Amino acid sequence: MLLTCNIQQCAMQLDEPVYCANTGNSMNRKLFLIILLLPLLLTLAAGLGYAVLSLPEQPQYLPELVIDNMHESGVSHPVTAVLLNFRGYDTLLEMVVLLLALLAVWSLDITASRNKTRHKSAPGLVLDTLTRLLTPVLILVTAYLLWVGAHAPGGAFQAGSVLAASGVLLLLAGWRISDKLTAFPLRIILIAGPSMFIIISVLTMLFEGHLLKYPVAQAGLFIVILETLATLSIGATLAALFIGVRPKESNKGRQHE
Amino acid sequence: MNPAMFFALIGVGLFCLGLFSLIINSHLLRKILAINIMGSGVFLVLVALAKRAENMPADPVPHAMVITGIVVAISATALALTLMLRVASETGHATLVDEAEK
Repeated sequence: MLLTCNIQQCAMQLDEPVYCANTGNSMNRKLFLIILLLPLLLTLAAGLGYAVLSLPEQPQYLPELVIDNMHESGVSHPVTAVLLNFRGYDTLLEMVVLLLALLAVWSLDITASRNKTRHKSAPGLVLDTLTRLLTPVLILVTAYLLWVGAHAPGGAFQAGSVLAASGVLLLLAGWRISDKLTAFPLRIILIAGPSMFIIISVLTMLFEGHLLKYPVAQAGLFIVILETLATLSIGATLAALFIGVRPKESNKGRQHE
Repeated sequence: MNPAMFFALIGVGLFCLGLFSLIINSHLLRKILAINIMGSGVFLVLVALAKRAENMPADPVPHAMVITGIVVAISATALALTLMLRVASETGHATLVDEAEK
């Protein structure tokens, strides 16, 4: 929310004239740019549109490949099977990308740039009560989405997003987690998903010979473990990204969900 | 033209609109929003093209790509916003100034 405050400040500058010595010249330049740009972009749009329209009527090869191998995947929903089994490698990298983005945000350390004190006020009765009511419901929805992913639309990413949303809601309502939990436990949760992915990758490399190639009988179990930890990590990472400030290890810590 | 193609073309349009806005606007917040609109266009193309034929089940591979892509787009946006705040705090305004123009 620190982030949100500062972004609001930046957004207020949106309509200010561009930082430039001679504004009239820059307007002319912008007009010239637009005139130059429009035909180029229309050509690009036409090319992309043609590419979309000239695609074959039905997708070839990949859907059949997924459907033929569904019995080996351990789940019955094709999207989850692709995410966690057939293309588990992609998902592993996505988790690492999330972690990397958080590390980059933390290392940029925008606390230094903060020059205005934040308004601190107790949430109103409605917000307070609503948050208390909604948070358990959102956690329940998270669990449901996680579990239903095996056979219907749902899964780790959706569940993680809902979890992050509940964290953001709590943060906006002024709820804070104690410093003890943000120091080490938060970091454990953040790396739980990626590290479990890496552990399972190594194990499958050793025993099955291929990266993330689960044994068919245990595939469902592997996917549930991976998805649960990935959900926690995604939720915690997104909520931590929303704060945008690295929680201090010692006193005066910030918080996550 | 079936609905899938219609939505895919809308996605192409969103992509080009975002690209236009990305090039024209100098404020970094507008640029970040433009990149997000471009991303949404790409997601729309992928989701729409996954189910092109009426009688076939949807292709799960693009759907999986979009699911992970959305979450990655969120984190990339957060990183971009942090970078913008850093630029704003260093220079006082959230725009990139052409060094040659000064």
